[in-house]
Amino acid sequence: MSFRIIVLAKQVPDTRNVGKDAMKADGTVNRAALPAIFNPEDLNALEQALRIKDKMKDAEVIILTMGPTRASEIIREAMYRGADRGYLITDRKFAGSDTLATSYTISLAVKKLAPYHLIISGRQAIDGDTAQVGPQAAEKLGIPQITYAEDVQSVENNIVTVKRRLERGVEVVSCPMPALITVHSSAPACRNRNSKLLMKFKHARAVTELQEETKDYTELHSHRPYLKIEEWSVADLDADFEMLGLTGSPTKVKKIENVILQQKDSKVISSDDKEVEALMVELINNHVIG
Amino acid sequence: MNNIFVYCEIENGNVEDVSLEILSKGRKLANQLNCKLEAVVIGTQLNNIESQLFPYGVDVIHVADDPRLYPYTTLSHAAVVVNVFKEEKPEIALFGATSVGRDLAPRVASALKCGLTADCTSLVIGDHTENKTGTEYKNLLYQIRPAFGGNIIATIINPDTRPQMATVREGVMKKEIVSTTYQGIVKKVDIGAFITDEDFIVKIIERHIEEQKINIKSAPIIVAGGYGVGSKENFKLLYDLADLVGGQVGASRAAVDAGYVDHARQVGQTGVTVRPKLYIACGISGAVQHRAGMDQSVQIISINNDPNAPINLIADYTIIGNVSDVIPKMIRYYKENSK
Ligand SMILES: Cc1cc2nc3c(=O)[nH]c(=O)nc-3n(C[C@H](O)[C@H](O)[C@H](O)COP(=O)(O)OP(=O)(O)OC[C@H]3O[C@@H](n4cnc5c(N)ncnc54)[C@H](O)[C@@H]3O)c2cc1C
Ligand SMILES: Nc1ncnc2c1ncn2[C@@H]1O[C@H](COP(=O)(O)O)[C@@H](O)[C@H]1O
Repeated sequence: MSFRIIVLAKQVPDTRNVGKDAMKADGTVNRAALPAIFNPEDLNALEQALRIKDKMKDAEVIILTMGPTRASEIIREAMYRGADRGYLITDRKFAGSDTLATSYTISLAVKKLAPYHLIISGRQAIDGDTAQVGPQAAEKLGIPQITYAEDVQSVENNIVTVKRRLERGVEVVSCPMPALITVHSSAPACRNRNSKLLMKFKHARAVTELQEETKDYTELHSHRPYLKIEEWSVADLDADFEMLGLTGSPTKVKKIENVILQQKDSKVISSDDKEVEALMVELINNHVIG
Repeated sequence: MNNIFVYCEIENGNVEDVSLEILSKGRKLANQLNCKLEAVVIGTQLNNIESQLFPYGVDVIHVADDPRLYPYTTLSHAAVVVNVFKEEKPEIALFGATSVGRDLAPRVASALKCGLTADCTSLVIGDHTENKTGTEYKNLLYQIRPAFGGNIIATIINPDTRPQMATVREGVMKKEIVSTTYQGIVKKVDIGAFITDEDFIVKIIERHIEEQKINIKSAPIIVAGGYGVGSKENFKLLYDLADLVGGQVGASRAAVDAGYVDHARQVGQTGVTVRPKLYIACGISGAVQHRAGMDQSVQIISINNDPNAPINLIADYTIIGNVSDVIPKMIRYYKENSK
């Protein structure tokens, strides 16, 4: 039996480069104006998985992502860097999932991929910064979690040992596998694309993607089955409908406000000696300082 | 039943600041909802823990005391919290948005199948009407948090599941003692009934936790420097001013990235959140991620050579000028005018 590592990765809008056009007039986010990227810490997670694979002859790295058809872009991206294959979990019924519904859906997909040894996810996704999906998936699968990993130090005799990065220090912990690990941004960056793998996988497509393609991939995919990205919908997962999507999400968004700077009553002064002195006197008299 | 629960973090026998801050907020919410405030404390040698907690207005403390429960591990603490919550049925459950709280709370929320909102910066009680069904909800917890990289502020509610769970950022709630003579009761958790050996399969091999040396959170005055300060040497001016007025030095991420100052001083979304009575922003442009950590300051002074820097919009006073020119003047005139 091979050593199976499942990497959870999400395609996210690049919230770090939000321009003026990223917010619509009504205060909602204009997702279309933001480039969709591989969630940064999921790349750190992928690298940890690939490092284990480098050391082990029979390890395989499977990438799992839940999202719209377009999310298969990151499955290809992961394959260019060394992942063996990927699964796209996609269905309209998943829309509106909060972290509880997302982790439930992901846990069902993971169960279909059993037996597995490690699940590696990013610490958090930059669209919500919640850091909840990893631990919640671990709970649903009934396996231990190790969060904020900076280095998966060893996987031996069915024990994984991990160095964790905490707010005020570090911890080294170990536990039996299977286990779920979430990876922190302080872990090593992901390796670059490999040009051979890029050539090999650039025509990898998921079924719904093929439906949108003008080019006919039927021939190619029948010769090279590894180019088919597996796709799972609700029908493929043994799901309780009540726990999916919006229905399965206990948290509701009541209100969204755009962050707008409000002009305060503000005194503007120059760096002129007199003005600076007057300000200091005012601050002292008002007991703001001193 | 229907009370407010706060999970308290312990380090070396002391309740962490973040937990005391959340208890202070919890007390106010409890007064508003006319319910009790309860604390869950898990660790070892907790004999005297109530003396640290009662002053914050805690009515009931659930203590789980066992040598195996310190330092914190996920599964054992989750088992205790989940079982206490199943018995006590809290209305609201709050955790710190810390390495511990953000590891524990999702595990608990998943086990209880309830909603959880991460990283809240504000908690408010309010009503809600469900548009589709017209169902009315009274006294829900509005869980308010920045999202989308700090570009939006979202209000999240959990209408139907209990407890309503949230993690709360460190430094955003004010730590307030209710009364040094406040009295509550202590309940011992029956650990044997709640945890099994399986909950200890994650072993801690090594642990290095640094005492928090620099703590700018509780400083009444913060002199913060940004990339515009220009160098590590120029930052000395900021330390001088801070020392003089009894403050601490803070920084923007750009200043930290440039190596001018230590990361522990970073203010903002990925640093600490502060609310001093005076925040002096020197050479800081005021990016949304920075403002997220300081815009609740009582007064803000911006020193910037760009009259159009966004920080000026939230400043009470803007000094248009060069940092290395203005700060020595502030130091001089402070010395001359203070008694
Ligand atoms: C996910 C994410 C998280 C982030 N988290 C944080 C965070 O927690 N905290 C944070 O601070 N940033 C954070 N940032 C970075 C943030 O977006 C800004 O890049 C950063 O705050 C800018 O720092 P600054 O204002 O010091 O530098 P700049 O934007 O370069 O501004 C320098 C300012 O100094 C002025 N200036 C220049 N020379 C002088 C002079 N001689 N005298 C007076 N004024 C002068 C300039 O006019 C300018 O306004 C984050 C970014 C991302 C994407
Ligand atoms: N839709 C998704 N598909 C795959 N992985 C996900 C998804 N959502 C979250 N994750 C994983 O869970 C981590 C934490 O996400 P979050 O709780 O949203 O901050 C991410 O870094 C991913 O590894």
